[in-house]
Parts: sequence; C-alpha cells; structure tokens
Amino acid sequence: MAASRQIPGTTLFDGAQARKGYALNKMCFSFNEAANREAFVADEDGYCSRYGLNAEQRAAIAARNVLQLIAAGGNVYYLAKFAGILGLDVQDLGAQQTGMTKDEFKAKLVAAGRH
Amino acid sequence: MATIIGGITTSHVPAIGRAIARNLQADPYFKPFFDGFPPIHDWLATAKPDVAVVIYNDHGLNFFLDKMPTFAVGAAPEYRNADEGWGIPVVPPFRGEQGLSWHLIESLIGEDFDLTTCQEMLVDHAFTLPMALLWPGTEAWPVKVVPVCINTVQFPLPSAARVYKLGEAIGRAIRSWDADQRVVVIGTGGLSHQLDGERAGFINKDFDLKFMDSLLSDPTWATKYSITDLVELTGTQGVELLMWLATRGALGEQVRQVHRNYHIPISNTAAGTLALECR
Repeated sequence: MAASRQIPGTTLFDGAQARKGYALNKMCFSFNEAANREAFVADEDGYCSRYGLNAEQRAAIAARNVLQLIAAGGNVYYLAKFAGILGLDVQDLGAQQTGMTKDEFKAKLVAAGRH
Repeated sequence: MATIIGGITTSHVPAIGRAIARNLQADPYFKPFFDGFPPIHDWLATAKPDVAVVIYNDHGLNFFLDKMPTFAVGAAPEYRNADEGWGIPVVPPFRGEQGLSWHLIESLIGEDFDLTTCQEMLVDHAFTLPMALLWPGTEAWPVKVVPVCINTVQFPLPSAARVYKLGEAIGRAIRSWDADQRVVVIGTGGLSHQLDGERAGFINKDFDLKFMDSLLSDPTWATKYSITDLVELTGTQGVELLMWLATRGALGEQVRQVHRNYHIPISNTAAGTLALECR
C-alpha cells in the first residue's frame, strides 16, 4: 500500500500537514486554558497575530470553516477546542463539512446503524 | 506475581461525558450504550482488580505537536484531567501505581519499545470516560492506574502489528511484576468514526462487527491491515481500534467473553464495548 494513497474526503494529518498547521494548531492547543479562550474572544485578531497565523489560517478562523481550517493545516483534535469556544460540537462540525443540516447529519448516522 | 484478570475495551466519545454529567443514562438516545455496562460492573465486582493499565490516545490535552511520542507511559503519583477547551466535567484525580509504571517501563524498553516516560501527565476524556463508565458515581477510584498513551494524532502512526506486539509485551510485563496484585487492562477508543473532512460521519458496521469477533476468534486478524487501510475501513478516528488491539495482545491466548455491546450512533461514533476474561 502506497503511503500517499488518497482516501476521498479525508486528509491524513501527516508531517506536511503538521508543518503547515503548526501555528494554527498551537493557537488552538492554547484554548485548553480558559484564560486563553477569553483572550481570544476579547481580541481575535490580536490573538491570531500573537500565534503567527498566516493569511490562509486567519481567513479560515474568521470564516469558522472547518474544511478551510483543515486545508490550512488544522488538526481536528485541536480545532475541536476552537469549536468549543463557538459552542459547536462534533456533529455541528460534521454537518458543516458535509453540507448538511445538523438534523440531516444526525439522521445519516442513525441510518448507518440500520443496515 | 501479578495476575491479569482480563481486559475491557470501550468507546470514549465526549458526548458520553455530557450524558453522565446530566444523568442521561436512561435517555433513549444513550440507553443502548449505557446498557452495555451493568454485566461488566458485575464482573468487576467479582474480579476485584487492584490496578488498571489504561491504553488510550490523547486528543491534545497533554501532548502537543512540539513533542509527540508514539508510545508514552505514565509514571506519576497522581493523574488529573482538565477542561479540554469544550467544557468536559473534571473528575476526581486518579492514584498512579508507580511500582507497575516503572516495571512496565523497564520491561518494555528491555524488549526494544522506545518509550517516552511521563512523571507528570494530564489524562483526557479517552482515559477518564471509560473509568467513569466502569466505576460510575465514584468519589474515589477503587483502582490505581498506569496510563499508556498511543499517538493517533500525527501520522505516521505505529502499525497495528506493532501495537499488538506492544500489547503482548505489556502483558508479559504485568505478569512478571513481583506484586500480589490483580490487574485489568482497559483499551479505549473506536469503533468506526470520522470527525474530519467531507467524509465526516463515516461508519462501517460490517467491519466493526468482524473486528469485535476477531478479538475472540483470530486476535491478530486486524494486524494485516496498514494504517491507511484502517483509516479507509474505519475512518480517521476509527483507527483508535489500535487501543483495542494492544489490550487484546496483553491478555494472552485464552480468553472468555464476559460481555459485548455495539450501538450506532453515539454522537458521530459506532460505540462498542467488549469485556474479556483471561482463562
């Protein structure tokens, strides 16, 4: 099996992604601390600047767009902490990434158990 | 010498923590999952483990990409969890079994597993939720613990075959620990699910059921797959079945099923639970 094999709709968080996304993920990792979440909410731009996010990462953060965040090197485990600030859970993220409503996404999961 | 009484593997979905915090165990959405535990509680009450070796994957609470160990073993006197950024309830601290930690470290490195050792370590929901499922409502955990963390954040991940061998080595280490202690091995994560990408929501019931069967009938069956195969078959987070494989590896050849449960979905996840007793 070639390591470079592509799985549709899937980004493996490999070395290239880890390098590309380091600043973004480091910022999201900081959200483990409540004080850092408050600092982000108080001054989003300033907080992104302090962590050295690039333009693509800042745009993805501003857009709250998960697929763009992943394309910019974000890892879902760290991004989940950003989502936490926004009050979003993983089903909200799933719905957004698949272009469904949350109810549609939840129904798709329930359907997966039926067959 | 210490005895391995058996192993328990279960999903660790954060939504389980929210359900526990809100007492939703009997809620129709969660009940099919929580119903998998009373038979395991009964077994634990009889088997009375003293120590739990918990094999889990950190989701960015303790480890960041600045230093990402493939295999890490806790050697701390105490382990705490923390708010993970999305508000999981904090649970009572866990007492570490440092004697077994260091015996494991010496034994595993003696078998050429190049570990990271951690005398300070936060444990995340992948550690705390299975503990809360197995010993619900506890004020003080009835077992001491040794955390073993396997990287599933940053690829390359260790192969399924390597992780199974790690589990076998953990089993040998526990059985050679010079202590009159009863040890349960707990593996957390899975089963099939994917949180990220356009393929989010991917679930593979057929594979999951085959995998659970294999742990009884043909334990190394899943080790034939590469990590990329497993991501394709089970989703980017379904690859957490590595924790189940390590646990099964630790139990030795002869096991008896205590109980199993499988339910789709809890949040985005096919939630599985399996308890095996060593014979």
